[in-house]
Amino acid sequence: MSKKGNKTPEQQQYEKLEQKHELKRPVLKNCIRAFWVGGLICTVGQAITYFYIYFFNFTEQTAGNPTVATMIFISMLLTGFGVYDRLGQFAGAGSAVPVTGFGNAVISAAIEHRTEGFVLGVGGNMFKLAGSVILFGVFSAFVVALIKTLLIIWGVI
Amino acid sequence: MLPMFFWAFVIGGLFCVFGQIMFDVFKLTPGHTLSLLVVIGAVLDGVGLYEPLADFAGAGATIPITSFGNSLVHGALQEADQHGLVGVLTGMFEVTSSGISAAIIFGFIGALIFKPKG
Repeated sequence: MSKKGNKTPEQQQYEKLEQKHELKRPVLKNCIRAFWVGGLICTVGQAITYFYIYFFNFTEQTAGNPTVATMIFISMLLTGFGVYDRLGQFAGAGSAVPVTGFGNAVISAAIEHRTEGFVLGVGGNMFKLAGSVILFGVFSAFVVALIKTLLIIWGVI
Repeated sequence: MLPMFFWAFVIGGLFCVFGQIMFDVFKLTPGHTLSLLVVIGAVLDGVGLYEPLADFAGAGATIPITSFGNSLVHGALQEADQHGLVGVLTGMFEVTSSGISAAIIFGFIGALIFKPKG
């Protein structure tokens, strides 16, 4: 939009036309859908957390780990049977933000590239979508932890 | 127990609404949104806000992808507590290993079982 000066009048006209016909995103409706689907996924996660606390002697702090693994397992089944894609179309961020969305990104990439072979296809493309989450997660965590550790060592906090 | 389910629903839902606003209002791709959420999670844990949220909302805070950033920082800080600066590197995946290994293992099993559609 800032490049308006470089465009011919025809292009600007077309842009206006495009904006007029562009579908308005139903933000509120999408947000409500994302809210209840995402909330429901987290409620299921909470149930699994209690399951691990009561039957496998995890504490409230450590029960998060097996819960995440279980959720990713469920997400594998749902992705494999094609349910998760449909859920994603309906719920948008509601299915992408929970950790099941991360699992879905890894697993759908793995399944999709299976025809290219297990080494170059599945192995090479598994983290095609989820890689950015790992990269920025690890790097930002590194910076945050480094700063905090240095502040502790220097006695600031 | 019931209020925990309620808060897990509400807080988890709110994280997703935040993501949806990123999608729709700021027109970010899912990749950008999730990366941003992970960074936010890491920073929130750095300033010590994520743990109270997790105590309060349970899975509402541990299931959204922000908890990935949170547990990365957590692992790094735990190890740094014992071994100093090197711990920041070595402890990074200590807490979050289950998520990554589950994704890799189930991803591969999924690729073995299921065939691509279309």
